[in-house]
Amino acid sequence: MNPALGLLRREIAIAWGRGGGLMVTGGFFAGATLLLPLASGPEPERLAQIAPGAAWTVLALSALLGLERLFERDYEDGALDLMAHAGLPLEFTCALKCLGHWLATGAPLAVLAPLAAIALGASPTLSPLLFACALAGGLAFAFTGGIGAALSLGARRGGLLTAVIVLPLFVPPVIFGGGALHAFDSGLPWRAGFALLGAYAAAAVALGPLAMAAACRNALS
Amino acid sequence: MTLALSLGDLSLSRGGRRLFSGLHLRLEAGQACALTGPNGSGKTSLLRAVAGLCEVDSGQIEFGGTDPGTARASGLHLLGHLDGLKASRTAGEELDFWTRWQGGRPAAMEAAVLRLDLLRLLDLEVRRLSAGQRRRLALARLLSSPRPLWLLDEPLSPLDAHWRGQALDIMAGHLAGGGLILAAVHDPLPVATVVLEIAP
Repeated sequence: MNPALGLLRREIAIAWGRGGGLMVTGGFFAGATLLLPLASGPEPERLAQIAPGAAWTVLALSALLGLERLFERDYEDGALDLMAHAGLPLEFTCALKCLGHWLATGAPLAVLAPLAAIALGASPTLSPLLFACALAGGLAFAFTGGIGAALSLGARRGGLLTAVIVLPLFVPPVIFGGGALHAFDSGLPWRAGFALLGAYAAAAVALGPLAMAAACRNALS
Repeated sequence: MTLALSLGDLSLSRGGRRLFSGLHLRLEAGQACALTGPNGSGKTSLLRAVAGLCEVDSGQIEFGGTDPGTARASGLHLLGHLDGLKASRTAGEELDFWTRWQGGRPAAMEAAVLRLDLLRLLDLEVRRLSAGQRRRLALARLLSSPRPLWLLDEPLSPLDAHWRGQALDIMAGHLAGGGLILAAVHDPLPVATVVLEIAP
């Protein structure tokens, strides 16, 4: 097993470890989705109309959970020191950490998102697109979120700071994905929105690690 | 990889405060330097600067002709008071991960586990280990992936008398094999060939 696979396995194990991980993120996602019909009234027509957008928004918010711990744990216990000076390049390490975060929480949420939308009354025909959007969007959320997590290293209440830094970066994928879902639902061309979402995710994967590594080096020095 | 370490006219500040300036040191294979000085004098910062984790104000850090990037990535070990061991993972998982991360071999890891008597601890979560046991686990990481330069920050402090002796044996063995040690210490370090006192 090479160092990269080892790191990926370690990241997933830590994300799924005690007191966090899938149950918490999935529970938050389910709970937040449940609040919606309670707040906006139970009329099936209205719920069905907002279901895809709601599932998409809650997905973006769920992606914030656990982000603050992405680098902070390793920063606090000295692991980031060792990762920064030895082994793989720090940019690659950051990319692997985000990938691990996405595999551990983002990918499972992508399975939950269509189920939540159907539960709210969305048409099941929307499920494949919502699943694909959630996969690509989750990647964008993880890799832009990592920038916020790295920038808030060493700050008190870093989780809140991470959310404030990251939410503006979540705006484009939320617009692109939401637009594609809405267009599909209304029988309009939806491919452009989905393509833009994919492009944003690709840009985040390519550029995010550079920013994260710079922010980590800054925090360590 | 053979390394030497030379620090030339080194100056370092932290948080706007000058810690030391005009520091010189030259270490060849087989030599160990004990860094001494009061708390807050910059011993840890110097070790981090050698590892490339923080910038110096002026002066040179050279590794005897080896490119600094290569030397730092695959020629040195940093053992600080933050040991990088994850509390929620088992000792065995952590040792295995770091050994692979630092390019070590499983055979060397097994030897290190025996040398530091860690076999019974491997299944325990790191949070269940005492400070001395954690330090032994961190030392095993050094032995698992052989690298010439060891940067040690108070390597002996959490260890009991028996393991202090063992750790010194391990250091002496490392020096005999052509290694170098730069260690920040408060007590005398018997294996040290040079003592460098850091004073502002």
